[in-house]
Amino acid sequence: MLYAILCYDSEAAVGAWSKEEEDAVMDRLAAVQRGLAERSKLGPVARLMPTTAATTLRKRDEPLVIDGPFAETKEQLLGFYVVDCDGLDEAIGIARALAQANPSQGAYEIRPLLLLRPGNLPT
Amino acid sequence: MSDAAWIDAALSAARPQAVGALLRHFRDLDTAEEAFQEACLRALKAWPRNGPPRDPAAWLIFVGRNVAIDHIRRRGRQEPLPEDDELVSDLDDAETAIAERLDDADYRDDILRLLFICCHPDLPAAHQVALALRIVSGLSVAQIARAFLVGESAMEQRITRAKNRIAKAGVAFETPGAPERAERLAAVAAMIYLVFNEGYSASGEAAARRRPLCDEAIRLARLLLRLFRGEPEVMGLTALLLLQHARTPARLDANGEIVLLEDQDRGLWDGRLIAEGLALIDKAMRHARPGPYQVQAAIAGLHARAARAEHTDWAQIDRLYAMLERMQPSPVVTLNRAVAVAKTRGPAAALDMIEPLAPRLSGYFHFFGVRGALLLQLGRGEEARVAFDQAIALANTAAEAAHIRLHLDRLQKDGVATPPATRGRSTGI
Repeated sequence: MLYAILCYDSEAAVGAWSKEEEDAVMDRLAAVQRGLAERSKLGPVARLMPTTAATTLRKRDEPLVIDGPFAETKEQLLGFYVVDCDGLDEAIGIARALAQANPSQGAYEIRPLLLLRPGNLPT
Repeated sequence: MSDAAWIDAALSAARPQAVGALLRHFRDLDTAEEAFQEACLRALKAWPRNGPPRDPAAWLIFVGRNVAIDHIRRRGRQEPLPEDDELVSDLDDAETAIAERLDDADYRDDILRLLFICCHPDLPAAHQVALALRIVSGLSVAQIARAFLVGESAMEQRITRAKNRIAKAGVAFETPGAPERAERLAAVAAMIYLVFNEGYSASGEAAARRRPLCDEAIRLARLLLRLFRGEPEVMGLTALLLLQHARTPARLDANGEIVLLEDQDRGLWDGRLIAEGLALIDKAMRHARPGPYQVQAAIAGLHARAARAEHTDWAQIDRLYAMLERMQPSPVVTLNRAVAVAKTRGPAAALDMIEPLAPRLSGYFHFFGVRGALLLQLGRGEEARVAFDQAIALANTAAEAAHIRLHLDRLQKDGVATPPATRGRSTGI
């Protein structure tokens, strides 16, 4: 079963990390990813730019283009993983490992995938 | 990351909103700062034990307000402060309530006011920057003193004097109307650019110590953009800072001297910052409301897009500088434009463009540097030598003088031979 692990955190708090803290967190996350990749459990991984770079299109009769994310929230969607797991317990286990690597505030939302098209972008 | 590190990050992220709200409440900067400080001390105790609050800023505002009110009440009576648990109990319910009351518009004006009081026109630029770093970013006096290469007590005095000036000037606490808000926004944007330039203009040993100012300015610009998500000039400002900061790894050589844009190793530029800057320019352009920050960002964007210096789209840069000249007429802008014109229409056209600037730029190093290079390209060696000599006399750094001397040496050696290309300003956008 494929799961998306959606990473939510306060982008202001993440933006307040020092470069050393950021590098340390990214190194530990990379180690978790390597472990998953070795077991062929890791799909696409994405890190998003801050919501200041976001644009939202509201569907209407005449769609409305708005600057910013679709909703102003205390925590923002900062990135996601796609992982292949035997079940929810394993997906939660992966989220725990990610949380250990990045013990800031925030949350991981674990959502089973209904469909994944790998697409044809070069990586 | 330890508990301490994430709490630290959460506190500094919440700081502008919390201090801004406390300032509105107490109408006194020192009281607001002390209240926030107290709330932070309590957060350091309570958060590791109870876990992070749902809304750190609301927590800090609530606790800070209670602590400060308590202080004021007890000051006369000399009673000890209550234990933390007394102040923090029932906080969860209260926190939810206060978070609901603090609507977005309120906190937007709180943060804008906090930024704006640092931009008082009576304050010299350096004081504005120091004040913003202290009050909004929450850097310690020691950290700011280090960045400005002055002693801690001197910086303490500077900040105290700046605060006194602000207290005397009085700050408008009522919700600003649209024109005031736009005015505040422009002043704050200019102040953020000042913070950035304090960090960016440094070279030599000061560069590493001042680099955090660039990071801080970008943080402030993003903060401002989160508050005013639809403002193309704030997008432009943020993009400009990101694109300039992207070059930081290539801007200084091993001796800490500035490397000119066209000589930089572009492989060292930070591709992530460039991508974000270009994305913001893209967003801003959709508004079709150009302004000086957007145009400067667009110029920086064209440099960033050129994988090699010779791929630079000088014709477009010329057009953008022409636009900037109309928005913000200044001899320095025209001088920059002339560098682009030299690339597209040749040195004679560029020289014609800068000759009228002579009276106003007679004390400006780059004017004589550019003028000398143009004359040299035109084969007017003697005049070029005079211009280069004037440039050296006005050089601000050893690197600037050394760069001009290269031209002079070549003149000496070759008579007037292989003319060098016109060089951009070292601080060029």
